[in-house]
Amino acid sequence: MDHRTAMARDLDHGQPPDGAPDEQAAQQHAPGTEPAHHAVHISIDQVSVRYGAFTAVRDVCFDVPRNAITALIGPSGCGKSTLLRTINRMNDLVPGATTTGAVTYNGEDIYAEGVDPVEVRRRIGMVFQKPNPFPKSIYDNVAFGPRLNGRKRDLDDLVEHSLRRAALWDEVKDKLAQSGLSLSGGQQQRLCIARAIAVDPDVILMDEPCSALDPIATLRIEELMKDMASEYTIVIVTHNMQQAARVSDLTAFFTVDMDNERQERTGVLVEIDDTDTIFTNASDPRTEAYITGRFG
Amino acid sequence: MSTPTTQAPGGRGLQGSVRQRRADPLFRVVLAVAASSVLLLLAAMIIRTSIEAWPVFAKEGIWGFLTGTEWSVGTSRSEVTGSYGAWPFIYGTLLISLIAIVFAVPLSIGIALFTNELAPNWIRRPLTSAVDTLAMVPSIVYAFVGMYFFRIEVWAPVGQRIADTPLGEVPFFSGPVLLSSYWSAANILAIMILPIITAICRDVFAQVPADEKNAAYAMGATRWEVMSKIIVPHSFSGIVGGTMLGLGRALGETLAVAVLIGSTRDMTSSVFQPGDAMTALIANTFQDAHPEAIWALLAIGVTLFFITMAVNIVARLIVARVNLRVGGGATV
Ligand SMILES: Nc1ncnc2c1ncn2[C@@H]1O[C@H](COP(=O)(O)OP(=O)(O)OP(=O)(O)O)[C@@H](O)[C@H]1O
Ligand SMILES: [Mg+2]
Repeated sequence: MDHRTAMARDLDHGQPPDGAPDEQAAQQHAPGTEPAHHAVHISIDQVSVRYGAFTAVRDVCFDVPRNAITALIGPSGCGKSTLLRTINRMNDLVPGATTTGAVTYNGEDIYAEGVDPVEVRRRIGMVFQKPNPFPKSIYDNVAFGPRLNGRKRDLDDLVEHSLRRAALWDEVKDKLAQSGLSLSGGQQQRLCIARAIAVDPDVILMDEPCSALDPIATLRIEELMKDMASEYTIVIVTHNMQQAARVSDLTAFFTVDMDNERQERTGVLVEIDDTDTIFTNASDPRTEAYITGRFG
Repeated sequence: MSTPTTQAPGGRGLQGSVRQRRADPLFRVVLAVAASSVLLLLAAMIIRTSIEAWPVFAKEGIWGFLTGTEWSVGTSRSEVTGSYGAWPFIYGTLLISLIAIVFAVPLSIGIALFTNELAPNWIRRPLTSAVDTLAMVPSIVYAFVGMYFFRIEVWAPVGQRIADTPLGEVPFFSGPVLLSSYWSAANILAIMILPIITAICRDVFAQVPADEKNAAYAMGATRWEVMSKIIVPHSFSGIVGGTMLGLGRALGETLAVAVLIGSTRDMTSSVFQPGDAMTALIANTFQDAHPEAIWALLAIGVTLFFITMAVNIVARLIVARVNLRVGGGATV
């Protein structure tokens, strides 16, 4: 109980959790070790989201392991994006959207009273479907978040570090003052990843980050994601089965549950398992049907 | 080379129909005529007014006319006998318009941000229509309300408060505070230009891509930070545009200013005392003016026109500069 309130206060005031730096250092010291699948980072419990009276997703429960890539797949409209947005409380910004259930991050319910969604979003970053750099210079794009947090010193280092982390540094180091919009689509998306990294989150949510990119740019982002998984917990929504199979450790399959009486199409989680299992030996026939392309 | 050509069904090639090809240039000519007629009209107005006003400029010199402070009207029909220094009126116009802008722009931005970003739906709609309605109220109504209510109940008392603070030691803010003054004229202008600037801000704020706002929110920006760091900077050129439109209206507003500025011929140093403005002077004196005075008023009109034009050019330069610095395609 005491522990919980301490954590909640911590989210309110924006101090990093006491243990965090050590934890991260420990992870960095051991690169290449298998992601610890058992360490739960985010736990989604009985989450339902309504837009007005319409239930978009119902009763979703699953755990997101730390430092692994979790893929959310499923047919269009099954609520993948909606669910993803509950993890960093972006749904709060949608008028009429209500979320019920609990999302536990580092053992703390982010929907608990007194939790500041702004603070949640600083820890849980997001990359969007369409690359959306600000119409500012490349440098200012990356420095935007840190500046919000009042950081003024060592910005150059932080910008370089973030761009390196997003595998973009070598391509842009000589033109940091140029507009972020002058980059190619793939570069823009990596800029968005750099921008998200710069505020030092430990979870990154990606909503179809490659759907606007060509295959080569897509591969680069996928490599980047795999590389980043040693440091970050990644949740990715994708429509691309191969992508889910290539990059993710776990795959969650969602589908649309038709309620003929009430004429409602509600998204539900069918199953979540190791990606290999989902793709070769799924336990639910609907999963297999979807993956093999025999979906309704 | 034996590339087979695929003919469209029905044997039609890529040439299009003759009628369409003729219609296109014709349409272009019509549009060109329409566009150039605007330029012609503008040129005719400037040239005609300038010719009429020329004797005054010739006697005072352009610089002398703009900076002279003595305005005493002659009665001649054929030559310029009075002396015409327009500075008091130019000063009055610039002063009240500037104050109006300083009051109206931040307030408009605030109202627009509130309506677009913060207000729940049930407030947003009435607020939007209220502002839009204000934009349609005729000047005479503003003039009356300013005359019989605001200057007595609000502006003069507020002005008195300001004059009573240490600020009142500065001649510019010193009392006595009179009912008709630069201050009253500036305030009515601020109210009059508020709706148009607000409406424009609302529109440009609504244009800011949701993507950009979401990106900022997702990085942990607060609503305030999204407004101040994303929405307002993104809308900079629109805000400048709206401000210029407001400034244009303020510079040109006649009736309300004529009623509220007090129309004294000598330039007073305090905002709380009466003065005069270019439009007010024209409106108040043209009816029984002798021909040479008419020329002088036309010279004022020409000056006002060039001031407005200068404002416009400056605004465009600002916008172009900012777009260059901020916009995409920095590689080109
Ligand atoms: N802002 C919103 N307001 C109202 N309804 C919404 C909103 N966003 C999504 N929905 C509805 O919620 C349901 C789930 O949408 P969501 O975007 O989460 O699906 P998705 O699985 O991400 O689909 P896609 O694969 O096409 O991106 C859909 O029926 C959609 O119409
Ligand atoms: Mg989606």
